[in-house]
Amino acid sequence: MNKGNGLKVIVSMIGLDGHTTGGEVVSMILRDAGFEVVYLGVNQTPEMIVDAAIQEDVDAIGISSHASNYPQIERLMQLMKERELDDVPVICGGNIPPQQIERLLASGVARIFTPGSGADEIVDYLAANARKSQAHG
Amino acid sequence: MADPHSTDRLVAEVTSGNVRAGARLISRIEHAGEGIVPVLQSLYRVGGRSRIIGVTGPPGAGKSTLIDKLIGHWRKRGLRVAVLAVDPSSPFSGGALLGDRLRMTAHSGDDGVFIRSMASRGRTGGLAAAARDALVVLDAMPWDVVLLETVGVGQNETEVMRHASVVVLVQTPMGGDDVQAAKAGIMEIGDVLVVNKADHPDADRTARMLRDVVARSRRLHPDRVWAPPVLKSQASRNEGVVEVTEQIDRFFAVLGANPEFAKSRQRERARHRVGQILRELLDRHLDSGDGAWLDEMSEPLLSRTADPYSVAEELLSRVVA
Repeated sequence: MNKGNGLKVIVSMIGLDGHTTGGEVVSMILRDAGFEVVYLGVNQTPEMIVDAAIQEDVDAIGISSHASNYPQIERLMQLMKERELDDVPVICGGNIPPQQIERLLASGVARIFTPGSGADEIVDYLAANARKSQAHG
Repeated sequence: MADPHSTDRLVAEVTSGNVRAGARLISRIEHAGEGIVPVLQSLYRVGGRSRIIGVTGPPGAGKSTLIDKLIGHWRKRGLRVAVLAVDPSSPFSGGALLGDRLRMTAHSGDDGVFIRSMASRGRTGGLAAAARDALVVLDAMPWDVVLLETVGVGQNETEVMRHASVVVLVQTPMGGDDVQAAKAGIMEIGDVLVVNKADHPDADRTARMLRDVVARSRRLHPDRVWAPPVLKSQASRNEGVVEVTEQIDRFFAVLGANPEFAKSRQRERARHRVGQILRELLDRHLDSGDGAWLDEMSEPLLSRTADPYSVAEELLSRVVA
């Protein structure tokens, strides 16, 4: 029940993707697993997400993608490297087709959860792979 | 991390306004990391330049939305603004859904704005235990204005007054009658009272009722130099927000013009802050399970040659000479 153990994660949509239900459900799943979720909502640019990640000092980022905003996710990954946030894994969830999954993984996305993924899969993945900052010992 | 070089370097980074260093330090405070106290000591001594403004009120009243608009106003005046926004932790999982930043996205990408969300982690006073020390960090960076947003509160969560110089209490219309407004607790701590969602049909009635209670209180305490103004706002449309900033400015002017008033507020905050740290140190010492210390306390109690009241008083006399 407390796998998150105070790990802090961002959940966000990106670009003009207005599909919020998935992100909100995942936020609640993570909340119930003991994660502290900073929910950014819609209309987030890659720059806004990276700024939030630095100010909030998060341990992982989850992007909900249901509107083919793959170039924006790739831009996010590029920015993460430029701003030296490589140690913060980015995961994506949504109806992402297989050929795009390949591209996103190649751009540095850590893991992609497609429809049908279980809550436990997401929770366990983040608990095991989120940045273990100095703060967590 | 306790070595003095890394402490000095971190203090230098934070006081030069390095956002990443400040953000990481706040995380270390939240996780009660090692070696933080020397950093906080240095930061406190260079702080004191930020205006710390508390914003409190019930869930959904519009605190975050009002803050979003306040940031916009102060940014136009060229001030650099930080926000520390607390949301509740789950009593079941310990997790949290921090949804205040969501209302403030208009300021993303602005280097003059820093927003940090924080989970309350079981604290019941409306803030988080880490908020006190996080404010020390933000005040040292320094930001011109630091907004401290509480969790959505009920009647009893008044801790924000211990940390902020001025408290804005955001209310919704439909808050109950004048007896509700006259109750002790949250209603007493607002320096500026704002009835948000002013388009609601009951907004005027609520504002009138709050004004009546303020007027009554004023007659009971004619010596008080500040009577909380009651304002109406519709924060989502940026209406009534300038008036809130004007009243905050007026409050600081009154503080400046009334040294006794300012001093009484400062003394109250100092008493609380030092008292809280003293209690934390004492708790840690008692919990440390130091054998000799525990034996010394428990043996006379066991043999009934002493009582817990006199043991506690004796210990206190060692602290307070």
